[in-house]
Amino acid sequence: MITLNNIHKSYVMGSSKLHVLKGIDLDIEQGEFVSIMGSSGSGKSTLLNILGMLDNYDDGSYHLDNRLIADMSEKKAAQLRNEMVGFVFQSFNLISFKNAMENVALPLYYKGVNRKKRNTMAMEYLEKLGLAPWANHMPNEMSGGQKQRVAIARALISQPKIILADEPTGALDTTTSYEVMEILKEINGAGITVIIVTHEHDIAAMTQKVVRLKDGRIDEIIRNGELKAFRHTYTKELETA
Amino acid sequence: MFDLDKWQEILSTIKKNKMRTFLTGFSVAWGIFMLMILLGSGNGLSNGVAANFMNDAVNAMWIWTGETTIAHQGLKPGRPIQFRNDDYDIIDKLPGVESASGRYFMGNTRYSYENESGEYTTVTCHPELNDVEKMELIEGRFINEVDILQNRKVVVIGKDIHTALFKEKPALGEYVKINNVPFKIVGVCIEPGSTRNRNAYMPVSTAQKVFNGSNRLHNFAITINGKTLKESQEIEERIRNTFARKHRFDVTDESALGMYNKMENYIQTMRIFQAIKIFIWIIGIGTLIAGIVGVSNIMLIVVKERTKEIGIRKAIGASPASVIGLILLESILITTVAGYIGLVLGTGLMELVNYSMVQSAGDAAQQGETVFLNPTVDFGVAVAATLLLVVAGTLAGYIPAKRAASIKPIVALRDE
Repeated sequence: MITLNNIHKSYVMGSSKLHVLKGIDLDIEQGEFVSIMGSSGSGKSTLLNILGMLDNYDDGSYHLDNRLIADMSEKKAAQLRNEMVGFVFQSFNLISFKNAMENVALPLYYKGVNRKKRNTMAMEYLEKLGLAPWANHMPNEMSGGQKQRVAIARALISQPKIILADEPTGALDTTTSYEVMEILKEINGAGITVIIVTHEHDIAAMTQKVVRLKDGRIDEIIRNGELKAFRHTYTKELETA
Repeated sequence: MFDLDKWQEILSTIKKNKMRTFLTGFSVAWGIFMLMILLGSGNGLSNGVAANFMNDAVNAMWIWTGETTIAHQGLKPGRPIQFRNDDYDIIDKLPGVESASGRYFMGNTRYSYENESGEYTTVTCHPELNDVEKMELIEGRFINEVDILQNRKVVVIGKDIHTALFKEKPALGEYVKINNVPFKIVGVCIEPGSTRNRNAYMPVSTAQKVFNGSNRLHNFAITINGKTLKESQEIEERIRNTFARKHRFDVTDESALGMYNKMENYIQTMRIFQAIKIFIWIIGIGTLIAGIVGVSNIMLIVVKERTKEIGIRKAIGASPASVIGLILLESILITTVAGYIGLVLGTGLMELVNYSMVQSAGDAAQQGETVFLNPTVDFGVAVAATLLLVVAGTLAGYIPAKRAASIKPIVALRDE
């Protein structure tokens, strides 16, 4: 599904050059639930942006669904994003002057679905996430958890193959965080690949595969079977902290 | 292609961002509104003054005599100059003179009909006076050539004289006594340039015969065919030279022969108005530029404000072109509608001013007692100004919109 081969990425910050990703090799299969971890500055968000075609990479190759993602026009990238990827952000990124239903329906507008049909579909997805009564509320009238659920509904409505979530629980309290993770698990259960970036171990522990980044390189990949050990390390880390 | 969905998206954005819409629209509407008022007032003022001039023929000239003040050809100063009938023949045939009328002053004249009587001014004239002063005949006719040739005792009275002497009764064909001599009334007239219509008009030949005038004349009212200031001054010069030679006075002697050239006056006034018009246009263009700057400013802020929204839209699959289209169509829609509103309000206000002035002035307005007339703006100019603002708003929106649409969504999303 996703094949990264020696991905490099650096940012030019004025006169200095910041080498963020220093050769990432990563394979993610269809239907996996992956979390990317790492301290701040380790390049986890950059990696996610490259995966979501929001950003370019400098060197290496990125294949998504057997298609090489490189040097695409903005228009093509936008179209692919719309078809393949659903985004969930830490700060929700809902459009403030649109209500919940209109926010959810927006990706379908760029797909060229007519208004009536996209509103009906948006209502379906809001219902699935238990937000039907909130359909006509504006984002500023909703709690963080509700906003994130609206954002998830928006990510799902275009029926993407991958959901990319950048710190989806970063702005939420523990209970709400776990609720959101449950939803993401359900989505993953329906066969959609879910990739989240997080720095919270307990959140990462709920996924099937943890990719740890350190200084722009993959430090370790902890697979499903080893998650017990990961939990162990995690509690140990907690104790030392 | 008309894309209903796109417009629905734009309309819903406009509806949800009322303040932004209002600010963009206001600067456009205000600019157009002020421009309409400025140009309208300028036009109104210049139309009004031009109309006042039109009460008499624009190319009219009046010539009168006085006493000499400069010794000439051995003659002492202080000698009165007197026009006579042969002077009329001379001026009538002079090149450049279109029509001429002579006048013999009669002093106070008493008009009486049955028990009513009053003193009014009698203007003795040739039929050509009507070319110069443009009387409006309410009924009957003006003095004609036959009246002059046969020395008919006929008179055309002003409306006020008719009202005073005849009340409601018809005057046409009646005989009125002028200094106890009966004259037949052949017409009733008003003067478009004045609110008083207390003059009566009588054939100059009759007046000379009946009232002991011999062949004396006191002044001439003529129209000339000079189109430019220079031409009219040449004709003025020719008349002065001719009379100076005949009556033997110095050409430069202004008090021996007085002249008033309306053309000169008209052209000078129109020049002032030309200057005022240019001035108004400069202010108008300034207002337009202020409007353009206003729109540009707001568009810059709008795009800045929407950077995050643009990022979100791009993340969920909007192409750069659709983002630019969204912003530009919104700005075009707002500026067009606002421009139209400004146009309607501006012209509406000017129409209202026009209407109320016509109402309050009443009859006076018809008689030209106004300095403000028809304060409207050329439709083409109005539409062009609106289009200019719309185009400027679009251009002003396009540059930042293009930049915003081309930045990476990830950067746009980070924008707080």
